Amino acid sequence: MNKPEILLIDDEIQIRKLLEINLESNGYKVLLAATGKEGLIMAANHPPELILLDIGLPDRSGHEILKELRNWYNKSIIVLSVLNNETDIVSALDNGATDYLTKPFRTNELLARIRACIRRNSNEIEAHSVQTFNELVIDFASRVVKQNDTIVKLTSTEYNLLCLFAKNEGRVLTHQYILKEIWGQGYQNETQYLRVFVGTLRKKIEENPNYPTHILTESGVGYRFN
Amino acid sequence: MIKQFLLSKLQYLISIALIILTSSICFVSVEIIGYKVVALILLVVVSMLAMLFNIKAVMLAAFLSALIWNFFFIPPLFTFHISDTEDTLMFLMYFLIALVNAVLTNKIRVAEKKAWDKEEKVKTIKLYNTILNSLSHELRTPISTIIGSIDTLKENREKISVENQEALMAEIENASTRLNQQVENLLNMSRLESGHIKLNLDWYDSSDIVNLVIQRLPKIKTQHNIIFNPKENLPLFKLDAGFIEHILYNIMHNALQYTPVNSIIKVEVEYKNRLMEITIEDNGKGFPESEIQYVFDKFYRLPQTITGGTGLGLSIAKGFTEAHGGTIKLENTLHGGARFIITIPTEITFISDLKNE
Repeated sequence: MNKPEILLIDDEIQIRKLLEINLESNGYKVLLAATGKEGLIMAANHPPELILLDIGLPDRSGHEILKELRNWYNKSIIVLSVLNNETDIVSALDNGATDYLTKPFRTNELLARIRACIRRNSNEIEAHSVQTFNELVIDFASRVVKQNDTIVKLTSTEYNLLCLFAKNEGRVLTHQYILKEIWGQGYQNETQYLRVFVGTLRKKIEENPNYPTHILTESGVGYRFN
Repeated sequence: MIKQFLLSKLQYLISIALIILTSSICFVSVEIIGYKVVALILLVVVSMLAMLFNIKAVMLAAFLSALIWNFFFIPPLFTFHISDTEDTLMFLMYFLIALVNAVLTNKIRVAEKKAWDKEEKVKTIKLYNTILNSLSHELRTPISTIIGSIDTLKENREKISVENQEALMAEIENASTRLNQQVENLLNMSRLESGHIKLNLDWYDSSDIVNLVIQRLPKIKTQHNIIFNPKENLPLFKLDAGFIEHILYNIMHNALQYTPVNSIIKVEVEYKNRLMEITIEDNGKGFPESEIQYVFDKFYRLPQTITGGTGLGLSIAKGFTEAHGGTIKLENTLHGGARFIITIPTEITFISDLKNE
């Protein structure tokens, strides 16, 4: 099997070296670019399976590179950011980033994100009719959700929300995106609805709603489903 | 600014009012006390003003009182003309004494301020040195650990047992986490000091925030019992979640570090009098009553505490609370543990209202 190719665009040589060793030893082929310009050319010449993009590049803002890439590149882009700045992260996600990581991040976190993104690239081709998340099973065809073989009764909004999460397994979804998808245009800023429905959904599908294992909160950004 | 401006205006008004009041009382009783004594009484008033007010207000009082004394008291009355030589001399002397009084008091005050400023400067330099010492110590310790562990691993790889290699790597991990935490605290401190802080408000479920913070706490939490039972029927709050997380994290992290293993840390969230109230309580030893007032000071650390902190955590918690318009309070519980109470003014929305829509 061919090794999946990952393009890393980062100006810091230490980060490039570290991630190169790390990703190569985990079965990926790594291409390296030190500037945004170089990264754009490399991506165009040979589109990779996934792009890791540092948002704080010296030559051009990572946000611009992201927008430019998104004009034609439709596979996953994970942005790396040193800032623990939610607005910056949310704007990258709104501009088409698939996911994000803030430096310093742990390697297992990075690998989990990469796996989720690459799985998603191929998932778009074949849609599953039944998806299993540990003790939770969602049957999309018959609209039935089971937890430990017991049917969970969900309202239609709760079910739609769960489906949206499940279809984006492992990937962060911003508040605005979820609100638009489930409640429609005009509800993007009505976060209070989202809080309430996530709360009730957690009570129904989580073993311990206080320490959720499926619907995880990404502080100030959105939610991630596992 | 405005307050100061009003205060300085008020000084002039009070000076004029006091001189006029004193003069009026004297005018009524001039028959009994005689006009020369009036000069002394007015001088006393000017001297008293000099003790409290700035030089301009005192000069004004001096001029005004001299003119009033001349016009209403020195014969011939109701003119500025003075016929008697003795009266002329007295008038000039009055004027001189009032002025000297004002100038001297002012001089003393300026000298006092200089001495105070100098003392403050010495204190600031001392504080700055303490900060630098403590900071470089707190930053260098983890860096030394990292460098030392890596050198050991590199040079003696064959001689070190696998267990010890793993222990060294765990040391590197801990030191890096600690370093990251220190840097985060310093960045937050400078963010607060810069004053350019903008609240990013949105609706939040408070129990989600608290649970998230509990999960994020370092592993030593497993040796403590953290209790949080979210209250039913709490509304959603409009908050900056980043700020609240920082506040809670710093206080709980502090409790983890300074209470013995197996201690209980209890978190409660309530909605009271239009305020969100978060209480974090432990059953450790609490704080000495005399130290409570300094606990939130920057770089303050309780005397004889274990190393590993910069004394920034709680002052950042206070800074973020105040940036959110709230207050933070520390008290000892009846059983001797510490209790932090954070109150934050916030908009709310009741969950039951939203479910029905």
